[in-house]
Amino acid sequence: MADSIPWFVFAAPSRFYRLAAALEPWLWAIAAALAAAGLYIGFFVAPTDATQGDAYRIIFIHVPAAWMSMLVYLAMASWAAVGWLLNARMASILARALAPTGAIFTFIALWTGALWGRPTWGAWWVWDARLTSELILLFLYLGFIALVASIDDVRRGDKAGALLAIIGAVNIPIIYFSVRWWNTLHQGATINLTTAPKMASTMLTAMLLMTLSFWAYAFAISFSRARAEVIERESRTDWVRQLLAGGDRREP
Amino acid sequence: MSFLGAIYLRDLRLAMRRRVEALLPVAFFVVSASLFPLGVGPEPETLRQIAPGVVWVCALLAAMLSVNQLYASDHADGSLEQLLLSGESTVLVAAAKAAAHWTVSGLPLVVAAPLFGLLFGMHGDALRTLFYSLLLGTPILSLLGGVGAALTLGLRSGGMLIVLLVLPLSIPALIFGAGAAGAVDSGLSPAGNYSLLGALLIACLLLAPLATAAALRISME
Amino acid sequence: MNWNSASEFFSMGGYGVYVWGSYAVTAVLLVIEPLLAAQRRRRAVERAREAAAAESQPGAPQ
Repeated sequence: MADSIPWFVFAAPSRFYRLAAALEPWLWAIAAALAAAGLYIGFFVAPTDATQGDAYRIIFIHVPAAWMSMLVYLAMASWAAVGWLLNARMASILARALAPTGAIFTFIALWTGALWGRPTWGAWWVWDARLTSELILLFLYLGFIALVASIDDVRRGDKAGALLAIIGAVNIPIIYFSVRWWNTLHQGATINLTTAPKMASTMLTAMLLMTLSFWAYAFAISFSRARAEVIERESRTDWVRQLLAGGDRREP
Repeated sequence: MSFLGAIYLRDLRLAMRRRVEALLPVAFFVVSASLFPLGVGPEPETLRQIAPGVVWVCALLAAMLSVNQLYASDHADGSLEQLLLSGESTVLVAAAKAAAHWTVSGLPLVVAAPLFGLLFGMHGDALRTLFYSLLLGTPILSLLGGVGAALTLGLRSGGMLIVLLVLPLSIPALIFGAGAAGAVDSGLSPAGNYSLLGALLIACLLLAPLATAAALRISME
Repeated sequence: MNWNSASEFFSMGGYGVYVWGSYAVTAVLLVIEPLLAAQRRRRAVERAREAAAAESQPGAPQ
């Protein structure tokens, strides 16, 4: 019965590998095209902001990166959970493939946030609720990556990572709430960073295009990493042998 | 004697046989808290302001560094496997061990911390609040630490890894706990902090043993 | 068009360091990441091929 359900088809590493290999070039192309469009509109169509000048243009990376950092964490935790609860190896591989990308998006959000904060609000870093929560999100990613890397047994690592990711996902709203609470208590010392420039529709368009571009990028890079891990894990299987033999010197 | 009680008393007895090791968390707490005035300067006003935060952070670190022992020695001599195979609830094992850890490592911290608060120049009300906040907070740390210890069972990098895994999760407790004494210091009521801390404690009491049990099963497969 | 000249574009109203500092680091990271992933895949393929070759040697453990 379960075999007739189409979405289990790609749970087999061999089928996923072929799907990913076929889709990847398109995903890279889409990511590049969307980025080109987004950046064009962001730099050449969107007007200069009245209060922040041209410094605000960092927003076209900062906000998409921040959104993606959270989305990727949810995706990672979901795939990890599926890999654990349904015992699906491919799902766990996807979770592992997503983790470094999520961490990098988080770092980009923090880095661009700092560079945006410095000219507009006078400080490289402020302990406002969102930046601080983003920093903690980075720690959650690093924890996941460190945990699965330290466990030699692959499946144990998959499951332990899944439990940790789920606990992290459940905690994220709690952490965000507590940090916001902490931040508002100490309002005197902090600057209100929540005011982004009033969004002209061109600015919004550029931001959305960049977000979609990052999304396509995330798919592409996670597929790439997942393919590598599939080969590593399944190197002794027939289908991998055939794949490698068939290509000979060619890149599979 | 319930199973939970039996495990709890067993762990206590084992800890009492190694009294020096059992007191290491408190010693770590004392030493690390003492570093702050040396690093920051003896200015009384500064110390008084940073006191709740310093005490809480040092208590957190002391709890995290000692939690590895929760499962390590039982894992090493095979008794953990026996416990899990015994057919009794793994959740109860997790709960009992967290309770034992708190009794041995957390409770002494709760007692030692206000003494340190005095050294930092904290006053009556703030000291009392610090005491209560740690009373509510240290069980949370033991419960969360149990999850971390179970996840990293038998790993080479266990100790440091637990810290990296569990500290982000303990941040809400830190915020509300240290915030309670800080609120009292500024003349505000700590009631909100207590409620939130209490809510965290209840959530941890219900969920952490479940997570720890799941982690134990994953680690011991 | 927002910019009257290339130098205006690069200076970003005086905020050039911050804007380009952000974009540059992002670009570097988002280029290095795929390269590293591709390198990992190549190494995995190499190792898998070596293992397959070693096993097909006569007398090697199957």
